[in-house]
Amino acid sequence: MTSYALFLGCTIPARQPNYELSARKALSKLGIELVDLANMTCCAPPPVQSIDLETSFAVAAYNICLAEEANLDLVTLCSGCFESLCAANVALKHSPAFKAKINRSLSKTGKEFLGNKEVKHYLQVLRDDIGLKRLKQSVSEPLNNLKVAAFYGCHALRPSGHLRLDDPERPSILENSIEALGAESVEYKNKLKCCGGLLRGLSDEIALDLAREKLANTTKAGADCIATLCPFCFVALDIGQMQVRSKFQETYDIPVLHYTELLALALGVDPKELALETHKIKVDKVINKIS
Amino acid sequence: MNYGSEEKLASTFAEELRQRMLGETITLCYQCGTCASSCPVAKITPSFNPREVIKLLLLGEKDEVISGEAIWLCCSCYNCDERCPQKVAIPLAMFALRNIAFKEGYIPDIYSEFASAIYDNGRIVTISKFVEKKRPTLGLPPLQPTGVDAIRKILSATEFDKLQLKKEETS
Repeated sequence: MTSYALFLGCTIPARQPNYELSARKALSKLGIELVDLANMTCCAPPPVQSIDLETSFAVAAYNICLAEEANLDLVTLCSGCFESLCAANVALKHSPAFKAKINRSLSKTGKEFLGNKEVKHYLQVLRDDIGLKRLKQSVSEPLNNLKVAAFYGCHALRPSGHLRLDDPERPSILENSIEALGAESVEYKNKLKCCGGLLRGLSDEIALDLAREKLANTTKAGADCIATLCPFCFVALDIGQMQVRSKFQETYDIPVLHYTELLALALGVDPKELALETHKIKVDKVINKIS
Repeated sequence: MNYGSEEKLASTFAEELRQRMLGETITLCYQCGTCASSCPVAKITPSFNPREVIKLLLLGEKDEVISGEAIWLCCSCYNCDERCPQKVAIPLAMFALRNIAFKEGYIPDIYSEFASAIYDNGRIVTISKFVEKKRPTLGLPPLQPTGVDAIRKILSATEFDKLQLKKEETS
């Protein structure tokens, strides 16, 4: 069995049991053990980077130290966590001077960043550890006829220099992972454009404009649902639909599912075990179409 | 990252930015506008244009940049970062500018909330007791403890906690 330290982050346990449940159940079915380590903290994403970059790298490095002590690579579910942990991991591994500087701060916690572990996106685990061919063979309830709009968001792909998940301009890992479940991945305009999630609470108008465009383009492409990789994209497009409805009098009613939810359903997990009631936009249409 | 760049910078403000982290690439900007044409926010609002921000800071217009709204409107999508022909680390420059703004007391409310939350709870998004208690009924394992003590030691070592105090004094 392959084991990883799970970096759960904050938003998922605080607000999205649907994401956590589907990820845990699906990865367990595929023989991946997720280990929950004590004393992890915030990953120090863009809001913390905005306040103080050095602190954000030190906090991210502290969390990587916990994985180093447990001798496990880290796997993330949230793209914000993926980006901030990878940024620290790569920067510290490549600059001895910067590593020494951050280690001076970490010494106050009794930790030292060594740089011997990887931070992985869970799609990498599916592609590289399990393999999409084997994933396809593991599917017991294929999502036949389901048209899925793949939405990467930003921080699964960019900055590609340290994330290295896939080509930042022409990615295929999510589309391939969707098709491995028997579903159809549909193309749509401006697929790689930001959801606006990080501007929510700061400039709601701009954030909602970006979400609205995504909803319009995926609907126009005839998608039955949108597949997301990040809790912020999920909020921007799921709760965002209700806000678009009240502000622009536009109703999309397009379900937004995390890729792991589609994965869990295809692997035969009972929909009743997935806290699907968390979704503001009901997913019944998707469940009915695949069952 | 290159901390040893000896390149002459266009203004003392650009130098200040360089001395903070990763801002040293900004002087390579030749104002081609690839960033602005790749920016999803610039397409929606005239209030943010990454090329303009870089231009102003190279001209040394510190107060205008730091006190303005623009630096807070970058959505951190990194499109510009991928496409800049001069490899200017634009999103990181925006973070460095926000860091300077924060130090000088120009702080949007939501960021003060983030700063307090990370100090108080070790997380910027708080997990409520209600949600934590509900986990077993959903079939989720108990949450592991958060490393609040460790994070406070880090915040003290990097003097982040002083930023926080300064914020409380000014508010």
